[in-house]
Amino acid sequence: MVTGAGAGADLRLTGVTKRFGGFTAVDELDLEVGEGQFFALLGPSGCGKTTTLRMVAGLEEPTAGTITLGGEDISRLKPYKRPVNTVFQNYALFPHLDIFENVAFGLRRRGVKDVKQQVHDMLDLVELGGYAGRRPGQLSGGQQQRVALARALINKPRVLLLDEPLGALDLKLRRQMQIELKRIQTEVGITFIHVTHDQEEAMTMADTVAVMNQGLIEQQGEPAELYDNPATTFVSNFLGQSNLVKATVVDTEGSDLVVDVNGTKVMAPVARARRTDGTVWVGVRPEKVFLADAEHDEGVDANTLPGGIVTDVSFIGVSTQYLVRMPWNQELTIFEQNTGARESFQVGDRVALHWSPGHTFLLDADQDAHAGDESYAALTGALT
Amino acid sequence: MVLQRAGRWVADHVILFIALLVLGYMFLPIFFVILMSFNDPTSRLNYEFQAFTWSNWTDPCAEAGMCASVVKSLEIGFLATVFATVLGTLVAFALVRHRFRGRAATSLLIFLPMATPEVVMGSSLLALFTAAGLAGSLGFWSILVAHIMFCLSFVVVTVKARLAGLDYRYEQAAMDLYANEWQAFWRVTFPLVFPGIVAAALLAFSLSFDDFIVTNFNHGNTITFPMFVWGSAQRGIPPQVNVIGTAMFVVALALVLSSGLIQRRRAR
Amino acid sequence: MSVAQFGGGVAAGEPGQAEAEQAKRRGRTGYLLLLPGILWLFVFFIIPTIQLAATALYDPNGSLDTGYAMTFAFGNYIDALTQYQEQFVRSFLYAGIATVFCLLLGYPLAYAIAFKSGRWKNLMLVLVIAPFFTSFLVRTLAWKSILSDNGFIVETLKTLSLIPEDGRLLATPIAVVTGLTYNFLPFMVLPLYASLEKMDPRLIEAGKDLYANGFTSFRKITLPLSMPGVVAGTLLTFIPAAGDYINSELLGTPQQRMIGNVIDNLFLVQLDYPAAAASSVLLMLAIVCLVLFYVRRAGTEDLL
Repeated sequence: MVTGAGAGADLRLTGVTKRFGGFTAVDELDLEVGEGQFFALLGPSGCGKTTTLRMVAGLEEPTAGTITLGGEDISRLKPYKRPVNTVFQNYALFPHLDIFENVAFGLRRRGVKDVKQQVHDMLDLVELGGYAGRRPGQLSGGQQQRVALARALINKPRVLLLDEPLGALDLKLRRQMQIELKRIQTEVGITFIHVTHDQEEAMTMADTVAVMNQGLIEQQGEPAELYDNPATTFVSNFLGQSNLVKATVVDTEGSDLVVDVNGTKVMAPVARARRTDGTVWVGVRPEKVFLADAEHDEGVDANTLPGGIVTDVSFIGVSTQYLVRMPWNQELTIFEQNTGARESFQVGDRVALHWSPGHTFLLDADQDAHAGDESYAALTGALT
Repeated sequence: MVLQRAGRWVADHVILFIALLVLGYMFLPIFFVILMSFNDPTSRLNYEFQAFTWSNWTDPCAEAGMCASVVKSLEIGFLATVFATVLGTLVAFALVRHRFRGRAATSLLIFLPMATPEVVMGSSLLALFTAAGLAGSLGFWSILVAHIMFCLSFVVVTVKARLAGLDYRYEQAAMDLYANEWQAFWRVTFPLVFPGIVAAALLAFSLSFDDFIVTNFNHGNTITFPMFVWGSAQRGIPPQVNVIGTAMFVVALALVLSSGLIQRRRAR
Repeated sequence: MSVAQFGGGVAAGEPGQAEAEQAKRRGRTGYLLLLPGILWLFVFFIIPTIQLAATALYDPNGSLDTGYAMTFAFGNYIDALTQYQEQFVRSFLYAGIATVFCLLLGYPLAYAIAFKSGRWKNLMLVLVIAPFFTSFLVRTLAWKSILSDNGFIVETLKTLSLIPEDGRLLATPIAVVTGLTYNFLPFMVLPLYASLEKMDPRLIEAGKDLYANGFTSFRKITLPLSMPGVVAGTLLTFIPAAGDYINSELLGTPQQRMIGNVIDNLFLVQLDYPAAAASSVLLMLAIVCLVLFYVRRAGTEDLL
């Protein structure tokens, strides 16, 4: 069994591929997870994230590629020979054993004699101190999840894998558990790899997020970085919402690109452009856009798109969501926080859109503008 | 208004009422078996209740050959159960957890004995034994062979049902927690399948103990309890037969009810 | 049937069929596990059946002492069919009537257990199989007591003038059919119950919401959805009943003899193996044909 930890012992996937018959679930994946990180693998269902996790756990064998832990190749090792443990999506607590024996299971299989103290310490850590004698069937979903966590953590694995562990919990409990998991990870210092389809969950909890789509990693980095500067249309739509408008790059001005949007010129920093010539998607987040009267002039420092008409106003409490139809018949989304500083607009008002050039990002126009947009897919019945 | 209310009450409850009547119909013979076990008949061929007596219960083996036949049935039942349960459990595991060619054919083969009339099964085995020249030496072993054969399918179906409902991810969780394949089976899968295996064994035992038709064709000179009853039906049924019948009923009922109580206690 | 899939979807977090298939192990272990059981069935079920079909073609002029010669005597089948057609027909008639009664009696019981029993469900299920706990033969003999000439049933029927003064119930077709119905009732109830249990009661509520009254919702919703149970139950009842001979032997007279009695007699008393085997094979073929025809018809109705 692979043992021994060291500074910089990290998990590395190189060219990992998994094929089921004719279907490629994971396609030449490269991934690196630093030691002690809370790492989130984020993507829609069917993107291959769970398959990737199972390959790290040893429950699936890669069709090609290698997985190394701290430099040692574990790609073909059986799951019971890897210093890796999993918290399963449905917890998989053994129904015929009580909580004590469930948590002690891994220790016993490794031949540890005196497990009592460790088990009770671990149950205290997950705040289930008095539950050792109960059976899984007697516990609530949240409690079962904590037992599953304890059962995995007690073995002090090098990497802890979590397969959508909060999926079955209701909203309030999920929020609580997100904070709990983060706290425990910080306290214990073990590398966590958390698989989820909930982008808010990933952004809240993780140090690093990798967005996965159809077997490939679209972008990996800190949550803020992914959100502010998405690399692909998929990421821009999957994390939060984006306005994507088709445009053409026409000029360069210092460190900015000049882009023609249906007759209007806007600026975008070169550093935030994934494509620097030809046709691009001009992207800006809805909360970065400021609505003003058609006659209002924000000045040359702002990007401006005039000629919009408000078609929908939704009051959501914290903010107001506007849909604005532009002259080229595209509806753009704007979120405005209800600071109370001014009256909200009404349907039919003529407005202009303003935003700071530094919030613009440019994406390759060859990519599908609706990739990763799950509400669009749901409405039109298309596959993401 | 009252009539409407009454009408609805009747409609709601008529199903339950009929159901209870049917249950009563099912228990009528049982009641008679218990009743007749206390019967002191004037003649063997009389099937009516004559007089009450305890003597059938205090001296159940008074009838020659009956207790011996019960012992034979128990022996055959035990052995048939062991063999059928082991063989059948292996097949069930193969069907649910392993990949192999000819799955449809195997399933059909398992299903056929359950769908074949006992007359055909019993007579075909006799035909085989005869063609093999064994017609003269039929006895304990031929009955045992036949019983294992027809119990097998029922064991497979019972264990398979339990195993198929078992989440395969428990085994994976066990392996994730440092159990190798053998340990994962012993410590997780087997304990969870065990109730199904026990149910299958009980089913096999009751099928074997109670079998008449197949046994009748292949028994040689060995007499099992059902064979004894059949034989005595011509000569006259001794009341002790009903004692055995009642005893079987009480024991089995007690087993089932107590296991139900244990389950309920454990769930708490 | 798409409605039958209602509520049968995969819940979140549960493995789908495809994943469960993936988890199966490859390799030769499967074959090893199968081998003992399948071999046993092959030797003691398949081969005997083949041997039975062969025996049916033996020269009918042979005997156990002189041995039988294989003469492909297909005439044995014709002989058996002509000689015993009365018993064949009677067997299927009795089995059919018994099955219908089992359905009429068993359906309300299964329905009550599935929907109207509340806390008593498990107890009622135990009560349904409890009669199995006594020996089959002992139970059937009990009917001799129940239907005896001086028993209360016969007395009551005589008082109500439903049967003549010198009439009997024993040794009549009524007794045999009663015995058959009784013995196979649990085989009807349990599959029916299993099928009804799976049904989502909200479907009936939906029916009520759409203006169906009690009987209509039964006819249009419950009955079609319970068809798999009805088919299974009728098959599990009819097949053994057709081959039964215990009930007719114990509760009837030679006038009520069924094909099972004939086969038993030919094999064990008359020792006429070719004729016996021919009758046995004919019985099996007849059942197979009936079952195929029935399942195909029932299957079509199910889709409607």
